[in-house]
Amino acid sequence: MELEIWNLKNNPKYLTWLLAVAGLGVLLLFSMVVSLTLGEMNIGLLDALKMIVGSGDPTSIEYMLVRQVRLPRIILGLAVGGSLSLAGVILQGIYRNPLVEPFTLGISGGASLGVAITIVFGLHLTFGSFVLPLSGFLGAFLIIFLVYTISSRSGAIDIQRMLLTGVMVSFVASSAMMFLMSVSTSENLHGIIFWIMGSLDEPDTSLIWLTLISSLVVLLLSYLFVQALNALRLGEEKALHLGINTNVAVRILFILASLLAGICVSVAGVIGFVGLIIPHLLRMVFGSDYRILLVSSFLLGGSFLILSDVVARTIIAPNELPIGVITGIIGGVVFIVMMSRKKTLV
Amino acid sequence: MSANFFEIKNFSCGYPSFHLSDISLSLTRGAFAGIIGPNGSGKTTLFRGVTGALSTLSGEVLLEGKNLKNLSLQKRAQNIAIVTQTVDAGQITVEDYVLMGRLPYHSRFQFFETKSDLEIARKYMELTGVIRHKDKLMTELSGGEQQRAAIARALTQEPELLLLDEPTSHLDITHQVRILNLLQRLNDELGLTVLMVIHDLNLAAEYCNQLIMFQEGKIFLQGDPDKVLTFETIEEVYKTPVITRINPYSNKPVIFLVSEKMMRNR
Repeated sequence: MELEIWNLKNNPKYLTWLLAVAGLGVLLLFSMVVSLTLGEMNIGLLDALKMIVGSGDPTSIEYMLVRQVRLPRIILGLAVGGSLSLAGVILQGIYRNPLVEPFTLGISGGASLGVAITIVFGLHLTFGSFVLPLSGFLGAFLIIFLVYTISSRSGAIDIQRMLLTGVMVSFVASSAMMFLMSVSTSENLHGIIFWIMGSLDEPDTSLIWLTLISSLVVLLLSYLFVQALNALRLGEEKALHLGINTNVAVRILFILASLLAGICVSVAGVIGFVGLIIPHLLRMVFGSDYRILLVSSFLLGGSFLILSDVVARTIIAPNELPIGVITGIIGGVVFIVMMSRKKTLV
Repeated sequence: MSANFFEIKNFSCGYPSFHLSDISLSLTRGAFAGIIGPNGSGKTTLFRGVTGALSTLSGEVLLEGKNLKNLSLQKRAQNIAIVTQTVDAGQITVEDYVLMGRLPYHSRFQFFETKSDLEIARKYMELTGVIRHKDKLMTELSGGEQQRAAIARALTQEPELLLLDEPTSHLDITHQVRILNLLQRLNDELGLTVLMVIHDLNLAAEYCNQLIMFQEGKIFLQGDPDKVLTFETIEEVYKTPVITRINPYSNKPVIFLVSEKMMRNR
């Protein structure tokens, strides 16, 4: 304990990190409050909190709105936003490439393909709507499996080869997807496009909890490999010189990050940019140390998606914009502003 | 006992197209040894074999009598540090980069550096003269400063043996001599054993007390600098005509290159 106190006093880096995590936690709470209270119908915070704990009139519209619409969306927004950013920052770390995100590697392509096949063949009509996320996950899993096995050779994994394989597999999947779309009926086409655009609207609460739990588990597990990620910044061979076998870490992190992204895509559809922009913004602020990047990506990604969802559902209420539109526009603009500001500062 | 502080025995490693064969050498504790030889003669390959980046085909590497194969990667990194030709650390501050030298001492669950980690890193940054750059990014440093930071990082590993792959390449004579003087001081004062690949034969002669000359993946000759650096051996290994003299100051061999035109006009 004495050790930690010393660190805070003498190493300002740790103090910055502590404040940053606290600040991002507050931001997350703020975004939750906004999402709970604002919308087509504004609800007071106290009333909303009462409804969450179960008091209030269960038959009122407000009660239904808070408990069945807003709360699930907040939880899913946190889980998906946090997961996509976390997966993004992990993948960028193992590939030593800041432009990688979960979707560069074909994970979304695979999930979309799975869902498209299901819709075209009408499987969700026969078996029930749970088939959609399931087939999405299977599609993503298949792609992850392909990328992983193709780039593993004789026990060692070739990181650069893995990236190229991912990009190529992603192209193949998206072509297959376009083929399916070109031959499907307009009704199916609409279903596919609607799914691809992504949304935090998920009726199945158990899927929401599953996503949240997976994201927290991956966040915790990723910290077991945080020093490997840090060492990898120097390259695989130099990490080896520091006594760290990156081969194992890279494999496990790849599987964790891509499965997590696969779960998110199959539950919430393709929500782009989060996995790319959030880690980038944080790198500009904190540098490249993964000890702070992992947790801050999760927190900021979650807040960002929750707030984007508020915008998506209020801006043209009572209609709703696809959340991917909002993340793309807000995220992209904020990013460009940060970039240009940073240039003038340095 | 000290005769075989670091020993490479009948060692071979390599790639499908090139491999080392039957490398044997030994360093006493506190040696300052240099590996010389033409480009592509296997100097860097040997380092990659020793650090385990390339798998060993045959033979063994021993540190204080212990086979490196039986040491964990972490233990190896605590005993042997390596400075490679290129630093390529990217957007990391100098202090964070040097602190990474403490990673071999951290357990999987230790996420933060301790007080002593920071003190050790600062001590070696001071020694190598990069402490005033500690908050700059590695990419903002010049080549010579990056090389110094890399040495500080290696020293922060507190190794018994320091391997350096061409620590003076791309540097002007001021920085070449500064780096080598620093290494010599570390060797004298801390008793650090140094093994470095070096291209400049004159610097090799001046600073090393043991030279190992490579030719086409084999050791051609090893021993004292004045025994290894004769014009016959250099002409045979480098296929280049040279003249050797003795440095009147240090009594070490000095090598002069001779142009083709001069050879013709002789």
